[in-house]
Amino acid sequence: MSVTPTTPTETRSWYYRNQQAITPWLFLAPGILFFAVYVIVPIFQSFSISLYEWDGLGTAEYVGLRNYEDLYWEFVDRDAFFVSLKNNVIWLVMYLLAIPAGLFIALFLNQTVTGIRLYKSLFFFPFVISQVVVGLVFSWFYDPTFGLLNSFLGVFGLGPVNVLGNENLVTYGIIFAGLWPQTAYCMILYLTGLNAVDPEQIEAGRLDNAKGLKMLWYIILPQLRPATFIAFVVTIIGALRSFDLISIMTGGGPFGSSRVLAYYMFEVALSEYGFRMGYGAAIAVVLFVIMMGFIAYFLWSMYREEKGAH
Amino acid sequence: MFPTPIEKQSAGAQVAYKTLLPVALLMWLAPLLAVALFSIKPDTDFTNANYWGLPSSFEFAHNYGQVFFNSDMPRYLLNSFLITVPTVIGAVALSAMGGFALGIYKFRANLWIFFMFVAGNFVPFQILMVPVRDLTLGLGLYNTKTGLVLFHIAFQTGFCTLFMRNFIRSLPYELIEAARVEGVAEWRIFWYVVLPLMKPALAALSVLIFTFIWNDYFWAVVLTQGPESQPVTAGITSFNAQFRAAYHLMSAGSIVAALPPVAMFFLMQKHFIAGLTLGAVK
Repeated sequence: MSVTPTTPTETRSWYYRNQQAITPWLFLAPGILFFAVYVIVPIFQSFSISLYEWDGLGTAEYVGLRNYEDLYWEFVDRDAFFVSLKNNVIWLVMYLLAIPAGLFIALFLNQTVTGIRLYKSLFFFPFVISQVVVGLVFSWFYDPTFGLLNSFLGVFGLGPVNVLGNENLVTYGIIFAGLWPQTAYCMILYLTGLNAVDPEQIEAGRLDNAKGLKMLWYIILPQLRPATFIAFVVTIIGALRSFDLISIMTGGGPFGSSRVLAYYMFEVALSEYGFRMGYGAAIAVVLFVIMMGFIAYFLWSMYREEKGAH
Repeated sequence: MFPTPIEKQSAGAQVAYKTLLPVALLMWLAPLLAVALFSIKPDTDFTNANYWGLPSSFEFAHNYGQVFFNSDMPRYLLNSFLITVPTVIGAVALSAMGGFALGIYKFRANLWIFFMFVAGNFVPFQILMVPVRDLTLGLGLYNTKTGLVLFHIAFQTGFCTLFMRNFIRSLPYELIEAARVEGVAEWRIFWYVVLPLMKPALAALSVLIFTFIWNDYFWAVVLTQGPESQPVTAGITSFNAQFRAAYHLMSAGSIVAALPPVAMFFLMQKHFIAGLTLGAVK
C-alpha cells in the first residue's frame, strides 16, 4: 500500500486546507439560523415587549415596569395572576405523581407472559393521542349527566359530582386527565430501564436476602437513575406547558379558577378579552424565569455528565 | 429480571396475574373505550339517555360517514398532513447536519451551541408567542400552512439536534478517521459514511416529530384560523361547535383526529420507543 499524493499542497484550495474548521459551521448554519430567528431572538423580544403597552397593531407605548407592577398587585389581591401561579404549583407537584405511577405500571407489566408486548403497547398508547382528544375524552368522562365517572359513582349511591364545574376540584380534574398520558410516558421509560437492569446484581441481592421493596429501593432504583432523570425532566416541562387540556376542558373556568400562567398569558394577549401583548409578555417572562430555574438544573446535570464522558 | 418472573411463582399467583392484566387494561383505557362506544351509537340513544347500554342500532358507517362527507374534517386532516410531513423532513434534515457538526468536530463553541439547542427546546411556548406571531404576520404568512411549518421546523430542530448529536457520538469514531486518511472530503463523509449509519435515528425522529407536530394545538391556534389552513387539532373545536351536543358525531370526529399518530405508533413501534427512551439506559 502506497499513498499517492494527488495534488500538491500549494494548489489545494483554501477551503480544502481549512475544511476541518469550516465544515462544522457550514453544517450548523441553517439550523442555527432557523433556531435563532424563531426561538432565541423572540425570547429577548418578549422581554422587551413586556416593558410596553401594545395592542399588537398600533404604536407601542413604553411603560417601564408597570406591567410587572400590575402583576404584583394582582398577586397581592389574590387575583387572576395569583390563581394561575397557585395552579402552576399544584400542577408541578401533582404531575410528578406520573413518575411513581409509571414505575408501578412498569413493574406490573415487566413479565414475559404471552401477549405482554401488546399489553405494553396498549398501556402506552394514551401518550400518542393528542392532548386535545384527551381533553375531550375526559370532559365527557366527567360529564355530570352521562359521564363514566358519575355512572360509576352512582353504583355506590354517590354523586353526581360536576368536577369541571367546581372551583375547588377543577384543577385536580384536569391534572388527572393530564396524568393519563404522562404516566404512560414514564411507564415506557421505566420499562426500557428495567430491561437493562443487571441480572447479576439482582441475583447477588437475592443471595443477600433482599426482597420486594428493599430490593427495589437498594438495587433496582439506583440502576434506573437515568430513566428517573428523564421522567423528571419531561414531567416538569409537561406540567409547566399545560395549555391544551385547560383550553379544551374548561377554557380557564369556572370563573377563571383553572387558569395557569401559560393559559392566562394566552387569554390576556390573544383572545376576546383583549390584545394586551405587553401584559401577556410580562406573564410569559415570569413563566420563563420559573422554567429557567429547572432548565439550568437540567443543563448542569448534563454538563457534569459530558465532563465525565471525556 | 425484576420483579420475579411470574412463571416462578405459585399457580394461584399466575392465574391471578393473568386475570388482573386484562381487567387493568380495561380500566386504563375506559375513558377511550367509552368514546369508541359513543361513536357507533345512533342519535336516539342520547335523547333516550341510553348512554351505557348496547347501541340500539349499529351506526358505525353512518357516523363516520357524516364525519368524512358532511363536515370540514377531511380538509383539516389534509391540512394536518401538509403541515406535518414538510416539518418532519425539514427538522430531520437540519438536525442531521447540525448533529453531525456537533457530534464529530471538536471546536470551542461546540458545547455552547449544543446547550443553546437543548435549552431552547425546553423554553415555554408563551415567551415566543407574541414575537413569532408578529414575525409571521410580517412575513405575510399568518394563517398559512407555510408559516406554521417554518416555526415548527425551527423549534423541533432543538430537540432533533440533541437526539442526532448523541446518536452520532455513539458511532465508532475510527470510521471517520479512516475516511479522512483516505482523503475523503468532509461533506462526503457525512453523506456516504455517517448518514447511512444514522438510519435508525432518522426513522425514530421522523415518527416522533410526526406525532408531536400532528398533536400540536397551541401554535395552530396562535398562527392559523379557519378551515383553509388549520390542522385537525384546532379544527376539532369548530367541528364540535358545528355538531354541538351530537355526542356520537363528536366522538367519531375525535377518534378520526387521533388516528394517524396512533397508526404511526403501532406501525413503527420499535423506532418510536427507541426515540422516546433515548438516554433512559446508560
